[in-house]
Amino acid sequence: MNVAFFASCLIDQFRPDVGLAAVDVLERCGCTVIFDERQTCCGQPAFNSGHHAEARDVCQRAIHLLHEQVVQQGCEAIVCPSGSCAAMLHHAAGLLQGDDADMAASVASHVHELGSFLVDVLDRTDVEADWSGRVTWHDACHGLRDLGIRDQPRLLLNKVRGLELVEATTCDRCCGFGGTFSVSMPGISLAMADEKLDELEGLGVDAVVSGDVSCLMQLEGRLRDRGSSIRGLHLAEILASRGAGS
Amino acid sequence: MSGSGSIHHLKSREFSTLYPSALENVELRGALAFGTKLVSNRRDNTVAAVDDWQDLRDRASAIKADVMSNLDHYLETFEQQAQAVGTHVHWASTPAEARSIITGIAQQHGASLAVKSKSMVSEEIGLNEALEQSGVRPVETDLGEWIVQIANETPSHIVAPALHRSREDVRELFARVLQRPMPEDAEGLTEVARLELRQAFADADIGISGANFLVAETGSFLVLENEGNIRMTTSLPRVHIALVGIEKVLPRLSDLDVFLRLIGRSGTGQKLTSYQTLVTGPRRRADDDGPDEIHVVLLDNSRSSLLGNAVTAQTLGCIRCGACLNTCPVYRQIGGHAYGSVYPGPIGAILTPQLAGLHEASQLPFASSLCGACRDVCPVKIDIPEVLLHLRARSVEEGPSARDAVTNKKIRQQGGGFRMWSWAMRSPWRYRMAGRVARTMAWLAIRVPLVGRCAGPLRGWTAGRSLPSPPRRSFRSEMARRRSERRS
Ligand code: SF4
Repeated sequence: MNVAFFASCLIDQFRPDVGLAAVDVLERCGCTVIFDERQTCCGQPAFNSGHHAEARDVCQRAIHLLHEQVVQQGCEAIVCPSGSCAAMLHHAAGLLQGDDADMAASVASHVHELGSFLVDVLDRTDVEADWSGRVTWHDACHGLRDLGIRDQPRLLLNKVRGLELVEATTCDRCCGFGGTFSVSMPGISLAMADEKLDELEGLGVDAVVSGDVSCLMQLEGRLRDRGSSIRGLHLAEILASRGAGS
Repeated sequence: MSGSGSIHHLKSREFSTLYPSALENVELRGALAFGTKLVSNRRDNTVAAVDDWQDLRDRASAIKADVMSNLDHYLETFEQQAQAVGTHVHWASTPAEARSIITGIAQQHGASLAVKSKSMVSEEIGLNEALEQSGVRPVETDLGEWIVQIANETPSHIVAPALHRSREDVRELFARVLQRPMPEDAEGLTEVARLELRQAFADADIGISGANFLVAETGSFLVLENEGNIRMTTSLPRVHIALVGIEKVLPRLSDLDVFLRLIGRSGTGQKLTSYQTLVTGPRRRADDDGPDEIHVVLLDNSRSSLLGNAVTAQTLGCIRCGACLNTCPVYRQIGGHAYGSVYPGPIGAILTPQLAGLHEASQLPFASSLCGACRDVCPVKIDIPEVLLHLRARSVEEGPSARDAVTNKKIRQQGGGFRMWSWAMRSPWRYRMAGRVARTMAWLAIRVPLVGRCAGPLRGWTAGRSLPSPPRRSFRSEMARRRSERRS
């Protein structure tokens, strides 16, 4: 299956290893991954901050490129290793108008977050990954609440050799990132992270795993500041692993 | 034009100074963590046991949508039916009108003491102060509301007004105000309050309540509670006044079936509140009790201005259950007073600016990570994040008149940034350059702490968080390398 890969700007610039891991997993599952180097951002940062005019231009561009990949390059699916950006692509029709909105709706019907693509579309829960260690899952808000992703990553993680998944009661509470919110109201943002991390540090885990790099930056940044050794890992990094571990 | 109403004692412009002091208040944070966790866990457990929960939410949301599309009609029906059973109906378009209608009724009856049951609308219009000024002493009879009243505070939660206070706190307050030693346990303290309030019920000339629902079909109003004080407020005094927002009307009595199953579970995790008082007109000859005279005051206060737009009209569907407050990660950290409005939390962040004007509360829609937990628990399916986004966009589009000073500064700074960002994101070349600059800045900030502390948005990040150490190469250049390796 030809798959268009939407990397997201954050992964592209700050966590390329996550993008590469996602590509590896997709290829291992038999997909031909096509990455269009013209892509940039989905427009979410401006959209969530209320700057819709700026968001619209960027979002429209992303939609046009992805639409071209579906129509001209025969991509059957668009996969994004971020629930948040995938959700933005799902909402794009509401931001755009006329033909662009129609195009966005058609693009949206092809967009999948990585974990949900593997489980719901490819019907794979075992991707032959091997990673030893104890981890807990953080449900990133947009993946969870906009896209309904809850079971898929857990099914995938449970099939990873050597991995032990423990649940936190705060697994579905927001990490406090929230885009510009994290820098404009840092006190609240940090207090939100701490509520989760207080529990996480008691779980004895090696890593907190999530489907969104933005949450990981928030949690990991705070963990390091608290002097904790818990790492923040993306689902793709675990699934791509063939034997290294914590 | 929305938001030309007003909210009593509104201080939401001070949000940027109120929330940091809330964060520093250790006692407050302890009480908040305890209270919100307790109630939201109870809610989650009770809701999990209802098989058709989503179906109930759909039905409630559909009923509310119908009401908002035909509000005039249902309100007129309510008025006719209420008058037919002998209830006086008054229309107040502003808080000032509502206050003068109510103080007018009190004066007409020569009232000097009013017992009140918990009503957010009464807080919204500042009714207690108006009553005092016209010579009527208001006594709050809801325990939480009474605590807040004797402490000379405002409620910090729409269902549990004294959520910000621990039991120990309440004990000290009672001991100080009543000047005698107090029992340790919650039951004992409740008993103290009950005895204090008993005399007020006996002496009161009028009773004042809010209402959870108005029923158009029968001209009734329904009030829900657990303490029994509302039952007494609505039945003991000779005159009763219910102050209600116009959005509270439901078409039919049978609609209550849906809402009663939702509201108790959502609000307190109860299948049903202990008391449901449905009032349909004043006492008739055969009745044992009940007031001789009943007034319903219908308040608009800018609510009708939200009707024209499907996004904003959702706000009016709110049944004030408080579930969104209990689950909100922001509310759980800063509590209700920080919002500076009688309506705090997620619902307050959308309701306050829409009633009082965006310029009065423009920081509130930005005080959210948009996590969506509120939308998940809302029994009437209000898409609060959608309304927050709508209000943020309006703050940006409508310019300085739709912002306070803090928001204005922020939007102007971000505006410049986002224009540049948008320009960069529209060309792969400019995007690559921008990415390189961002990575270099992060690299520098990690090595030279001064950069991290000075440079724009980085400053907000580095206070309490480490920066991710940036990679040398981006994903796209790694991919290009892979491709050329595979080719060779
Ligand atoms: S917005 Fe929804 S959850 Fe919040 S108080 Fe209103 S009805 Fe309850």
